[in-house]
Amino acid sequence: MASHGIRDRVAIVGMGCTPFIENWPKSLDDLMIDASNEAFASAGVTKDDVDAYWFGTAQSGMSGIPLARALQLQNKPVTRVENYCATGSEALRQASYAVASGAYDLVMVVGAEKVKDTGYQGLNAFPIPNDGTARTLTAAAMFSMIVPAYGNKYGVDDETMRSVLTHIAAKNHYNGARNSRAQFRKEISAEQIEKAPKMAGTLGVFDCAGVADGSAAAIVCRAEDAYKYTDKPIFVKALSFVAGNGSGLIDPSYDYTTFPEIAACAIDAYAQAGVTNARTEVAMAEVHDCFTPTELVLMEDLQFSARGTAWQDVLDGVFDLKGELPVNPDGGLKSFGHPVGASGLRMMFEAFLQLRGEAPEERTIDSLAAGRKLALTHNLGGYPGEMVSFISLLGAEKD
Amino acid sequence: MRGITSWGAYLPYRRLDRTQISAFIGQGGGRGTRTVASFDEDTTTMGVEASRLALRGSDTVPEAVLFSTVMPAYADKTNATTIHAALRLPGSVPAFDMGSSVRSAAGALRLGLLSTGSRLIVTSDQRTGLAGSADEAAGGDAAAALLLGDGDSVVAEYLGGASATDEFVDRWRQPGEIRSKVWDDKFSEVTYVTLGRAAYADALTAAGISADAVDAVAVAAPTARIGSALASKLGAAKVVADLTDVVGATGAAQPSVLLINALENAEPGQTIALVVLGDGAEVFIFRTTPALASYRPAKPVAEQLAGGAPLAYGRFLSWRGMINVEPPRRPEPARPSGTAAARSKDWKFGFVGSRDTVDGMVFMPPSRVSFDGTRTDQMEPAPMADVKGTIATFTVDRLAYSPSPPIVFAVVDFDGGGRLPIELTDTDADEVQIGGRVEMTFRRLFTADGIHNYFWKGKLIRG
Repeated sequence: MASHGIRDRVAIVGMGCTPFIENWPKSLDDLMIDASNEAFASAGVTKDDVDAYWFGTAQSGMSGIPLARALQLQNKPVTRVENYCATGSEALRQASYAVASGAYDLVMVVGAEKVKDTGYQGLNAFPIPNDGTARTLTAAAMFSMIVPAYGNKYGVDDETMRSVLTHIAAKNHYNGARNSRAQFRKEISAEQIEKAPKMAGTLGVFDCAGVADGSAAAIVCRAEDAYKYTDKPIFVKALSFVAGNGSGLIDPSYDYTTFPEIAACAIDAYAQAGVTNARTEVAMAEVHDCFTPTELVLMEDLQFSARGTAWQDVLDGVFDLKGELPVNPDGGLKSFGHPVGASGLRMMFEAFLQLRGEAPEERTIDSLAAGRKLALTHNLGGYPGEMVSFISLLGAEKD
Repeated sequence: MRGITSWGAYLPYRRLDRTQISAFIGQGGGRGTRTVASFDEDTTTMGVEASRLALRGSDTVPEAVLFSTVMPAYADKTNATTIHAALRLPGSVPAFDMGSSVRSAAGALRLGLLSTGSRLIVTSDQRTGLAGSADEAAGGDAAAALLLGDGDSVVAEYLGGASATDEFVDRWRQPGEIRSKVWDDKFSEVTYVTLGRAAYADALTAAGISADAVDAVAVAAPTARIGSALASKLGAAKVVADLTDVVGATGAAQPSVLLINALENAEPGQTIALVVLGDGAEVFIFRTTPALASYRPAKPVAEQLAGGAPLAYGRFLSWRGMINVEPPRRPEPARPSGTAAARSKDWKFGFVGSRDTVDGMVFMPPSRVSFDGTRTDQMEPAPMADVKGTIATFTVDRLAYSPSPPIVFAVVDFDGGGRLPIELTDTDADEVQIGGRVEMTFRRLFTADGIHNYFWKGKLIRG
C-alpha cells in the first residue's frame, strides 16, 4: 500500500464525549450539542473559530445539515461521512487530511448516533433496495463463526476458548466499571458471563457489545498551531483505512481466524508511524470489541500477539488494565455500547485522556509511565470476510 | 409411442404425527403421519424441487411447462414462470399455471398427453384446514413432476383414457382462504363412485383392454374413504397404496405422486391405471416399457418416506399462520426490489454464479471482475444448484428475523470451487458441524409487501 501518511502534521487540541447510554430523554441534536460544547471548551474556541465541520453518522441523519442545524452554524462547510461502524473514525481521518492539505486551519469532527429510537434490539442496517439474496444474519452470528474456526485451527479446546472470551468480557467490564461515561458500570463475573443467554453460536449476551446513544467530538488543527490552543495537544501519527472487497465471503481459503483487512491496515498504520514492533511500542489500544472473539483475533491482526497465541496472552493478562499493553482501558464497546457514528471518536477520547494524563487514577494505565508513547485506536465495520478497517496511532509528543 | 419419460416426486422433510393434534387441541387428528411443507416452502418451491428431480433423470429440455396447484403462491402473477426460472429453461419455453383445483392438475396431465413434444407437468399442493379439522389431519403436502415425451425414452406408454366431467358441490373455498368446506360426504362418495366407474369403463375401451388386464390401479380421491370405495369396484389385480397413512391426501399433487409410486414399484410390461376424482373423474391408463428396467428415479418415494423428521404440532400451527409466535425484536425484511431481482434472475432463481475463464475462481454471486481485480468480463456462467458443498464453519442465530427462528447458518465451500455463507433449512441446530455435507434447495426466504422472496438455501445431506 502506498500511503504517505501525515505523521505529526495535525493535532487534536480538544475533545468531548457524552455518556453512552440508552438516552431516552436526549435527541440526536442534544447529544451533538453536548459533545460539541465540551470539545469547544476543551480547545478554548468557539464554533465561529472552526473553519469546517465533519459529521459522522451511519443512520441518524443525512447530509451536513443535521449538524449545521443543531449547532446553528453560519455558512460553514459540513460534510456528512458514513463508512459502516468506522464512521466516526473516518470522519476524523477526512477532517485531518483537510487540515494537512492546508485548506483549513481549524476543523471539528462530530460523530453521533441515536440508535435507541429504532425500538429494535441490536444495530439494524438501513435497507437498500436489492434482489433479496443477501444474507440477513445478525452481526453476532457472523462473528460467532470465528469461535469454532479459531479453536479448530489452533487446537484450543471449547472450554479454554470459553475462558478466553470470558476473560475479554470480564476485563472490559472491569475497565468500564471505572468510567463515568460508560453505559455498563458494573464488573461482571466469569460465572455471570458464562451463564448468560445465548444470542448466536456460543456467544452469550456478555460476549456482545451493547447498543447505546452517544456523541463525541474532536477539534483538529495544524501541528504547528497546536500549542496556541492547549498545552497538551495529541499528535496524529497515522491514519489508515482499508475497505475490504468481500473476498472472505467467496474465497474458500479464508478460514475465519483473521481479518485480512485489519492485518493490511495495521501494516500501513505502523509504516506511517514508524512503528517496528507493535507489541513493545504501543502503550494502549482502543479496539473494536463488538464481540469477544473479535477482540481475540484483533490482537493478532494488530501484531500484538503472534498468530495462534493471542488466546494465551489474553489469559496471561497482557491486555488487562494494568497489563503490559492495556486494551480498551475505557471499557470498550462492551461497556459503552455502540452508537455507530460516535464510537471511533470515543476510542480517541480515551487515548486523548490517557496520553494527556487525564484519565481517572483508577483507570490510569502503567505502560505510559513505563516509557511507551503511542496510543492506537482501531475501528471496524462489517463482518468477517467483508469489512472496513480503520487504525490510528496517536502520541503526546512530536517525533 | 407417447408417455412418461422421467419423473420426480417431492415430499417435504417434516412429518406431523396425527396423534399430536387431539392431544393439543382436544379434537381432530387420527393415526399415522402427514407431510408438512416447511415454513420456507410453498407450492412453487416444492414444484421446483420435484421438477429438478424429474429433469435430473433426463437429458430432455421440456418444450412447455404446465403447473397446477390448489394453493398458488401468487394470483394474477404466474407461478410457473418462477419454476421456469429456477430450472433455467429458455425463454422460448412457455410456462403456464392451471388452477386452482385438483381437477386442473389432472387436466394438466391430460393436456400434456394429448399434445406432442416434451412437456413438464408439475403439480404441487399444501393441504390446509382449521386446527382440529379433518382436512388438516388427512391432508398432506407434496409435489410431483412428470416429463412427457415420445419415442424410445418413454418408460410408461399412455394407452388411453377418459373423462367424466360434472358439476356438483363437493368441496369449495373462496380464493385465498385456507379452509375448504365440504358437503355431505355420503353424497360425494356416491357421486364419485358413479362417475369414476363410468370414466374407467370408457378408458378401458379407449385403451383397448379389459379390466382384468390392469395390473395396478391408483385412485387419487378427496378422501381415503371415497378412494377405496371406488378402487374396490374396478376389478384391477392390485390397488396401489394411496399413502394417506404416511403422507396424507396431497390434493393436486396426489395423482402424480400415486402414479410415480406405482411406477417405482412396477416391472416392465405392466399396465397401470390412474383415476383422479375431483369435480368428475379422469382416468389414465399406462403400460410400462422395457426402458423402465434401466430408468433410475433421482429420489424414489420410498427413500423420501424413510427420511423425514417429526414436527411438533405447535410449530406446525405457527408455520401455517394458525398461531402467531412472538418474533425476535428485529425489523422484518424489506420487500425485494423487483427490478434488481429481474437483473439477477439467473443468480436468484437459477443459482448461477460466475467462473473466471482464466483462473477458474467461482463467484457467488456472479462477478464481472476477477478476484485479483485485473480482468473484467472474462467469466462464464457457473450453475451451482446441483453442486454439493461442505460446511467450513457455522453458527446458530437466535436474534435475527426469521419466520421460524433460530436461523441455522453455515459457510459452505462447494465441490470444485466457490464459497457462500448461506442459511440451512430442514436442519436442526444440533445436527450441524464442520465438514457436514450440504445440497441446495429452492426456498421462499420471506414474504414482504406480498412479494415472495425466493432464493436458495442449503440442507444437510444425511446418511
